[in-house]
Amino acid sequence: MNSAFTASPFVGKTFGVTVSRLHKSFGRATVLTDINLDVKPGEIFCIMGPSGSGKSVLLKHIAGLETATSGEVRIGEFDAADPETRNKIHLALVFQAGALFSSLSVYDNLALYPREHRQGNEAGIRERVMHALSILSLEKAVHKFPSDLSGGMKKRVAIARALVMEPQLLLYDEPTSELDPVMSATLTEIIATLREQTAVTSIVVTHDRDLAFNIADRLAFVMDGRIRGLGLPADFKSPADPVIANFLNPVIDLKNPRFKQLENHHE
Amino acid sequence: MNLPTAILSHIGGTLLLLVRTLKYLPTLPRQFPRFMEHCYLIGYTSLPIVTILSFFIGSVLALQSGYSMENFGAKQFIGTLVGLTMARELGPVMVAILITGRVGSAVTAELASMKVYQEIDALVTMNIPPERMLVLPRLAAVLVMMPVLAIIANLCGWYGGALVCQYTHFISVDSEAYFSALKLYMKPRDIVDGLIKAEFFGFVIMLVCCYIGLNTRGGPREIGASVTKAVVTSLILILVLDYFVTKALLFT
Repeated sequence: MNSAFTASPFVGKTFGVTVSRLHKSFGRATVLTDINLDVKPGEIFCIMGPSGSGKSVLLKHIAGLETATSGEVRIGEFDAADPETRNKIHLALVFQAGALFSSLSVYDNLALYPREHRQGNEAGIRERVMHALSILSLEKAVHKFPSDLSGGMKKRVAIARALVMEPQLLLYDEPTSELDPVMSATLTEIIATLREQTAVTSIVVTHDRDLAFNIADRLAFVMDGRIRGLGLPADFKSPADPVIANFLNPVIDLKNPRFKQLENHHE
Repeated sequence: MNLPTAILSHIGGTLLLLVRTLKYLPTLPRQFPRFMEHCYLIGYTSLPIVTILSFFIGSVLALQSGYSMENFGAKQFIGTLVGLTMARELGPVMVAILITGRVGSAVTAELASMKVYQEIDALVTMNIPPERMLVLPRLAAVLVMMPVLAIIANLCGWYGGALVCQYTHFISVDSEAYFSALKLYMKPRDIVDGLIKAEFFGFVIMLVCCYIGLNTRGGPREIGASVTKAVVTSLILILVLDYFVTKALLFT
């Protein structure tokens, strides 16, 4: 797979991300509270945490898909919530379920961005699309439709679509969820190698411990909408915080199962 | 949110969608293939059902009016009655109702599904405004196809009426007399008014269906709820606006 990364599909500079005092509420439910982050240009930054902790909502704020209740997110010097920002930087988000356009073939999914932004003629676009597909070993899927693809292939097509956009900031939402261990390892390699080859800033939301420890330059641990831990992967190998330790190294106790404790707690 | 506030909020949201869409009007020429695809879906694929239904509406109109008008010897005016009713009222309204059920529901389902499965979010992150790619070509296509469908509906209704008048024993008005009466009391303005109504209804249906589809929240179940909401809202709007548009056209 790595040998395929012979030429960078990216152009231009990459951007850091600054999140300052971010709060987000949906009605009465507070989802994010006082989030502060500083992701440096070229860094792979992983946001970890249990399901429902607010990681994906945080990522949506960075992508400009959600508006903060208070606080702000800046990509370089630009406000992430300002729609004009997307005219100034190339931002790509790899969605958890791929979010491929179901009515378009794999080729047309990838060609949509350069066509809509009039980036070259059809021959040039074809070359760009085929290059991105070759990077992810997807040449044989070019004429297929998303409904014909497996979960792993959908994620690879979604990454290929992001590559065609020549992103200056690459966001991943749970890239390895619902994948088998081999495909998870492959995607981990793809994310790391893309950064190595292109130096693009990558923010990865995940609860996959192996993915985070293998690729992250730095990690943030989000719990109940707050940053509970922030540091290097080495700092999380044996964390002092028992909540983080329990998440990263859960102990399976069949005599006193967790769900029974939850039942008692709710009662 | 109480009902009046919710209604105002939806009206505001729909108008905002229209303003955002019109901003991309200059991009329409380069979206010609997409526009043609929607013309095909709205116009060509609706043609059989529009033809059949309008033919039978014209037929039943002739049958009912023949039965009633026989009593006071006004059978020779059936052509006028069918002609005017089809052109001014039933043609545009029936086409609008058919387009709501056939096209509006499909548009809402497609956009709602794209919203629920994050395809709309993907478009936004790709800096491709959904209004430009999804709403504008559909609005343009419906504006082009509605008058075409209304004209076809009028013609089929008129001919359906003519056939019934000729071959129903208690009416027995031949086609020549039927069409003479139709031409005698109908003005071009009557047909134009009907086409204006069809245009207006098509525009409202498409805008409402796009708005409801794009504002779907939640999971797959909400797709069905959005389709129901879009169809019901469109039908109510067609019939309520019909009164006001007709009144406006009659007095201008």
